[in-house]
Amino acid sequence: MMAAALRGSLVTLAKGLSGARLQPLCARSLSVTSSQNVSESPPARADSTFKVTMVPGDGVGPELMTAVKEVFKAADVPVEFEEFHLSEVQNMASEEKLEEVLSSMKNNRVAIKGKIHTPMEYKGELASYEMRLRRKLDLFANVVHVNSLPGYSTRHNNLDLVIIREQTEGEYSSLEHESVSGVVECLKIITREKSRRIAKFAFDYATKKGRSKVTAVHKANIMKLGDGLFLQSCAELAELYPKIKYETIIIDNCCMQLVQNPYQFDVLVMPNLYGNIIDNLAAGLVGGAGVVPGESYSAEYAVFETGARHPFAQAVGRNIANPTAMLLSASNMLRHLNLEYHSNMVSEAVKKVIKQGKVRTSDLGGYATSEEFTRAVISNLAV
Amino acid sequence: MAGNAWRSTLLKLLARCGVRISDASSAPEICETTPLILHQVSRVMGAIKTQSPQPRTFSRGIQTVTLIPGDGIGPEISTAVMKIFEAAKAPIQWEERNVTAIKGPGGRWMIPPEAKESMDKSKIGLKGPLKTPIAAGHPSMNLLLRKTFDLYANVRPCVSIEGYKTPYTDVDLVTIRENTEGEYSGIEHLIVDGVVQSIKLITEEASRRIAEYAFEYARNNQRASVTAVHKANIMRMSDGLFLRKCREVAENYKDVKFTEMYLDTVCLNMVQDPSQFDVLVMPNLYGDILSDLCAGLIGGLGVTPSGNIGANGVAIFESVHGTAPDIAGKDLANPTALLLSAVMMLRHMGLHGHANKIETACFDTIREKKVLTKDLGGNSKCSEFTADICRRVQDMD
Repeated sequence: MMAAALRGSLVTLAKGLSGARLQPLCARSLSVTSSQNVSESPPARADSTFKVTMVPGDGVGPELMTAVKEVFKAADVPVEFEEFHLSEVQNMASEEKLEEVLSSMKNNRVAIKGKIHTPMEYKGELASYEMRLRRKLDLFANVVHVNSLPGYSTRHNNLDLVIIREQTEGEYSSLEHESVSGVVECLKIITREKSRRIAKFAFDYATKKGRSKVTAVHKANIMKLGDGLFLQSCAELAELYPKIKYETIIIDNCCMQLVQNPYQFDVLVMPNLYGNIIDNLAAGLVGGAGVVPGESYSAEYAVFETGARHPFAQAVGRNIANPTAMLLSASNMLRHLNLEYHSNMVSEAVKKVIKQGKVRTSDLGGYATSEEFTRAVISNLAV
Repeated sequence: MAGNAWRSTLLKLLARCGVRISDASSAPEICETTPLILHQVSRVMGAIKTQSPQPRTFSRGIQTVTLIPGDGIGPEISTAVMKIFEAAKAPIQWEERNVTAIKGPGGRWMIPPEAKESMDKSKIGLKGPLKTPIAAGHPSMNLLLRKTFDLYANVRPCVSIEGYKTPYTDVDLVTIRENTEGEYSGIEHLIVDGVVQSIKLITEEASRRIAEYAFEYARNNQRASVTAVHKANIMRMSDGLFLRKCREVAENYKDVKFTEMYLDTVCLNMVQDPSQFDVLVMPNLYGDILSDLCAGLIGGLGVTPSGNIGANGVAIFESVHGTAPDIAGKDLANPTALLLSAVMMLRHMGLHGHANKIETACFDTIREKKVLTKDLGGNSKCSEFTADICRRVQDMD
């Protein structure tokens, strides 16, 4: 926290000095206060704190967000949250609210959010608020980090997968109609442009993070045109990245291999529905929905959330939800904001608590409440 | 009439064996007879008493089953299964048929008429793996069979095998998958260059039919609950219709518990604790994925049985693995999948005694780990594995 405060004042100093031409320092008296008195138009973002949009969502979302806020306060993280309560099931959703959230996100560019639950009955529009949010911000890539937690063993240990899922088209196009009574058609749309975009994202991500293999998951033996187009786009992109190995696998075989030998996979890329299935499957392999962080990217925005997105409504008010996933995702957000020091501090604290094994929530086999876990994380912050 | 003449002949025959019957409803008096004759006599008694037309396949209690050996390792494993059934003295008569696509009148591809005739008469089939030629111009054989007999339900019971260790030890569930529509309707269009649309079709009729089959299955096999797997929060109209039909059918089967769960929640929980699931019913694509996922939990496609139920009482049981052309003809294949499918077939026909016998023998052999085929981790040949099971079956009698 010292470093951030120091950096904040240095930034202000630099800004004040850059207004006047930079003279050799010895020739001018350096007065910090005088430079700060120079009136300038207030910057769009405060220099010492970052503004992040927060949408707690439904179910245990608010509880998890509380955990994040408490940990951030204890770690003195220079992040300020702008909260919006958008929820379809709690009747707190309307077009104006959605617009508010969107404009805030467009301003801040980074957001952290819980799951906005989609009720099964629909009033008029087939697309849920969560889907509309994604489409309007064009959050086309969903990245889920599946890493085994040290100290918590599952049937498959030492896993390290990345699952990249196309998030705006495919089976979630919300284009359904009842052509004849009793017969419903649901359209799945695959476009070359979006397939190319997600494939490029996957290969770029693999290159940036030093990954060696990208596997495309599909069902092109049955959906020859649709998934065939997806595969073709991936293959075209693969040629541009000769250093990354490219493979394909059919979705049902992929599921089978994931439960028998998940170590053969590295980065997986796939269309929307398969992504939903594989995200949850892989989350289950390392410990469940409470331990896997994820994020969604568009060309301009980044939204951080949990990997397996479930509101977990049956845990509301019972204080049993596991904040690990949300805390790890918040740590990823800090890294995205270039606050490396704080990011490491938070993630180390969480991993330490899990490794020690004394304070664990019920999904990991322990008896602690969410609050106890959060307090344990706070006490383990290497301040 | 012919029936009465038949009856009187039988009565005379029985009198010679020492059995006297005053009238059809009273119990017969039996004099000294050998146990074998007694056994046969009681069967005949049953036939006379009911006086109802017996199905053709029930002549002397032997059922005819159409056997489709298949390609690759198909013939070897079919022979293995036939041998084991013989050792177990199962009352099955095999009719071997070949299914290679032929072009029928009107240019439509169809299966050979002898195969179709045999299936229609026997109603029960056992099928080995069929290879799908890539550029043959005709659709896959499995698809043809499905369309010909309207095989609407694919049933896959997944039970952990005691001798074959996987990280998941307490799996005991059944996946029932709708096999005719859904995402696999094959309707796709190129709208403009670079935009493709695939159509997923859900109909009331098919959803109702599969839900009814699932509940019937649960009832007949003493299963406690049926879970409908869906994604009705995203595909609100199509999966919503499927779910509504399942709920309606559940009303008529109050003795079976009905729950519904999202597909992603099922996947999440399945890999953490598979013991919480019982019978799962779902549309085509989810069924394909989940049934393969469950097969992976118990050890792969080489040990998973599968059955396809059609309209008009037709049922075809099959092994779902591939034809394995690399080990075909070398006596290295593992017949477990086909054998367990055949056991499923026996249960479907009501021959639970034989089914349990063969299944126990198979599991015992795997548990002993002395003669296992290569894919199960051993070094033996298919014939040795088969011989071991046959020996166990005979020892059980």
